[in-house]
Amino acid sequence: MEQTKYLVVGSSHAALEAVTAIRMHDPEGSLTLLTRDPHLPYSPTVLPYVVSGRSAPDGIFLRDEKFFATLGVQLKRGTALKALHVERNAAELADGSEIAYEKVLLATGASPAIPPIPGLDQVAYHVLRTLDDATKLNAAIKNSKRAVVMGAGLVGMHAAENLVKAGAKVTIVEMAKQLTDGYFDATAAGLIAKAFTDNGATILTGSRVVKLASSAIGALLTLENGTTLEADLLLVATGVKPNMEYLAGSQVEHDRGILVSDTMQTSVANVWSAGDCAQAKGFYTDAKIMNAILPDATEQGRIAGMAMAEDPGLKKYPGGVPLNTYHFFGRHAISVGSSKVPEGGEVVTRFDEASGRYLKAIFSADNRLTGIYGVNEFFDGGVMCQLILRRIDLSPVKGRFLAEPMKVGREIMSKTWR
Amino acid sequence: MGTFGGAYNTIAFDANKCDGCGDCMTACATAKVGVGDTARSRIQIVGSADDGFELALCRQCADPKCVTVCPAAALTKNSASGVIDWNGDKCVDCLLCTVGCAYAGIALDAGTGHVAKCDTCDGAPACVPACPHDALTYITTSRIYNEVGDWEDLFAPGLAGCQGCNTELLMRHTLRRTGPETVLATPPGCVPGMGSVGFNGTTGTKVPVFHPLLTNTAAMLAGVKRQYKRVGREVLALAIAGDGGASDVGFQSLSGAAERNEQILFMVVDNEGYMNTGMQRSSCTPYGAWTSTTPVGQGTGSGGMPSQGKTQDAKNLPLIMVNHRCEYVATASTAYMEDLYDKLDKAIAASKRGFAYLHVYSPCTTGWRFPTDQNMEVARKAVETNFVMLWEYNPADGLHFTRPVDDPLPVTEYLKAMGRFRHLSEDQISHIQGKVVENLAFVKQMAHVAKA
Repeated sequence: MEQTKYLVVGSSHAALEAVTAIRMHDPEGSLTLLTRDPHLPYSPTVLPYVVSGRSAPDGIFLRDEKFFATLGVQLKRGTALKALHVERNAAELADGSEIAYEKVLLATGASPAIPPIPGLDQVAYHVLRTLDDATKLNAAIKNSKRAVVMGAGLVGMHAAENLVKAGAKVTIVEMAKQLTDGYFDATAAGLIAKAFTDNGATILTGSRVVKLASSAIGALLTLENGTTLEADLLLVATGVKPNMEYLAGSQVEHDRGILVSDTMQTSVANVWSAGDCAQAKGFYTDAKIMNAILPDATEQGRIAGMAMAEDPGLKKYPGGVPLNTYHFFGRHAISVGSSKVPEGGEVVTRFDEASGRYLKAIFSADNRLTGIYGVNEFFDGGVMCQLILRRIDLSPVKGRFLAEPMKVGREIMSKTWR
Repeated sequence: MGTFGGAYNTIAFDANKCDGCGDCMTACATAKVGVGDTARSRIQIVGSADDGFELALCRQCADPKCVTVCPAAALTKNSASGVIDWNGDKCVDCLLCTVGCAYAGIALDAGTGHVAKCDTCDGAPACVPACPHDALTYITTSRIYNEVGDWEDLFAPGLAGCQGCNTELLMRHTLRRTGPETVLATPPGCVPGMGSVGFNGTTGTKVPVFHPLLTNTAAMLAGVKRQYKRVGREVLALAIAGDGGASDVGFQSLSGAAERNEQILFMVVDNEGYMNTGMQRSSCTPYGAWTSTTPVGQGTGSGGMPSQGKTQDAKNLPLIMVNHRCEYVATASTAYMEDLYDKLDKAIAASKRGFAYLHVYSPCTTGWRFPTDQNMEVARKAVETNFVMLWEYNPADGLHFTRPVDDPLPVTEYLKAMGRFRHLSEDQISHIQGKVVENLAFVKQMAHVAKA
C-alpha cells in the first residue's frame, strides 16, 4: 500500500496554504495531495470570470506542476477520496486502492446544493462550482435568449450579470426577501437590484420555484404564486453543501460541516479539516459555524498545515469573520464582519443617492467595530478586519471614522500594528 | 540567490523626518498614472502634524496574504526582485486582495477601477528622490546579503564570542570575501578568543591561521607572504588584530611593515581596549571611559585619589597609518555595511600592490556596558555624532569622507547609549564634545590638503 506522512485532500485555497505551511516547517516529510478535479489547482471564486470570458480557462491556475515538484509533493489529480478509514489510517480512493497516512487534511470544499424541487431532475440545468461547469456555461450563455437563475447569492448574481451582458433576457428567482441575503443589507441589495433592473434583468425576490418541466426551448418553471417562466438556460445557484460523503460511517464528527477545534483538528487526533467543508468557531460566537469564504479558507488551511507539521509558531484560530467583496456592473460592494447588531450596539448609515455611495457601520456598546459595509465606498477590508479582530476602541475617532473610514482606518493601522 | 535565501531592496521610512508635505505622493501618482492626484498615489502618508505621520505602502511581504487570497493568480511574489507583481490581464477586479492585506498596501484606484500597488518603479522608486527631508530611502544592502550568501563561510560554525558582539559578523564577512586563498594572522585578542585559532588541535577556520605574539603580527605575516611569493603562490595575507595589539605593543612591527609597503591587509577591530583579558585600557580607549584600569569612584585612583575614567585622549591610529602613505587606509563601521564592503574590496585590491589598512570600529557589549541588542545602534550613533568618522585614503586621491555627517547629533546621544560613560561630569562631556569638533576639523583639513 502506498504510504505518506501527510495526506492533503483537496486542491484549492485551504489545501494549498496547508501544503505551504507544512513545507515551511517540514521540508522532507512525504506529502501527497489528492484532488478529484482533473485540472491544476484553481479557485472556485474565479469561475464567474471564466463564464464571462474575462479569464482564460488556462490562465487561472494557482500553482503549476513545478511548484509541487519543487516542494516534493506528490500531486494526484482526478483522484477522488471515496472513504476515510480512520481506524486504520487509510484513505480509500475511487478506484478502490488505498493510501496509508500519518496525518490527513480534509479540504474537500463544497458542491452545489440542489434543492428538492419536483421536476428539477427532469430538465437540463447548469451549476457553477468547477472549471468544467464554467467552460460549459461559458459556451451556453452565447446562445441563450431567455435565462433563469435560481438563487441570488454571489455565484448566481455574477452569472446573471454575465448572461445580461451576453444579451439574454434574464430572470433571477430568490426565496429570500432580498438579493445577496447574508452578504449585504437591504439598502445595498437595493442598489445591486437597481443596477440589474437598469440593465434589463427581472428580479423576483420572495419567490420560490415549486415545479419544473421540460419545454420546447428548455425548461418551464412554475412559481409559488402560479406564474410560469420559460428558460433556454437554467442555472441553479441555491447555495453549496460541504463535500464529506466519504465520512459516512466514520468516527469523524460532523454536523453541517466537519467539526474542528481552533487548530482545525477534528474529533480524530490525526485528522484535520479546513476551508468550505469545515465547521469552525465563529469570531462573534463560540458556536461552530460555516464560513465558506476564500480568506477564511486560506487562514484555516495555514493553521491546519502548521498544526500537522507541529510548527511551534502556531497561533489558534481567532474565529471566522465574514468577508465579502462583490463587483457588479462596474461598481463594487465590500462587507466585513457581522450584520448582527450586538446588544446595546449602534448602527450608523450614510447614503448619497446621487453617487450611489453607501456606508453602514455597526458598533458594539463599547464602541468596537463589529461590521462595516460599503457600496461604491472603498475602504481597506483587511484593515477593517483587524479593527474587528483586535477589538480596537473607536470612541475617540468615531465621528471621523464614519466620515472617512479608509483614512482613519489607515491612521489606526499605522499606530497599532505597523 | 544566496544559500540563506534571497534578500531584497526595500523602501524605508523614517517617521521622524516626515512633515507630511505629500511630495512623495505627487511623485508616485505622476510616475504611475501621469497626474499628480495624491489620492491615486500608491504610497500614502497618513496621520497629522500633531500625531506624527505614518505610511500605508505595500511591504512586498515574504509571505504575502494578498497573493494567497487572489482567486485569479493575478498576484505573484517575484523571486528575483522581491516585488509582489500585479498582472492586469489576469486580475478580475474582485478586491479580495484588499481584504487580505492588513496594511493597506493594495487598494482600489478609482481612476482605473483596478487595484494598484507599489512596484518600486522597477528598482528606482520615484517617491524616494522626491522626498525633500530624506524621510524615504531605498535600501539596497540586500545585494551584499545575496552575494555573500554564495561565498563559502570559512569560520567554524560555533564561536565563543560574547552575545551581541559584531566581531563574528566581521570575521565571517571578511573571510567570505577574501576567500579560501587566504592566510590569516590573529594575535592575542578577542578574535582568537572567539575561536579563530581553534580547539583541541583543529583550527577555527578553513584557511591556514596562526597566532603570532602581540608584538610581531605584521612582521610574521610579512614573512609568510614573502615565502608564498617565493614559491609562486598567490595568497592574501590577512591580519585581524585588536586595537591593543595594533596601537600599543604591536605598533612597531605594524609601522615597519607599512613603511616597507609589505603586500598585506591589516584589519584592526577597534573595541577601544583589551576587552578579552578583562577590559583594560589601551591607547585607543577614549577620554573619560571606564575600564578596569581606568576605574571610577572614590579611592579607586592612584594613591587612593578619586577617579573618573581615562584621563588621556585616544590615539588616532588610522590617521597615523595615513602618514605611512599606505596603498590604502580606511575607517569602517558595521552599522554601514555597504560602505564597509566597498572598502574591503578596495583594501583587498590594494593589498596586491602593497600595504592596506582597514580600521573597523567594534562596540563591545561587555566592556562598554550596553544591552546586547544595541551593537549596531551604538555603532551608528558613533558615526551620527562624528565621534567616529568614516573616510578612506589612497596616495593618488588623498583622504575623503565616505559618509560625511553634515548635521551631527550632540555627542551625548552616543555617550548615553552605554554604561562606560555613565559617570561623566559636565566638564568631561564638554571636553569630549570639544575633541569631536577638533578631530573633525583636523580630518577635514587633511581631506582639504589632499584635494589641493
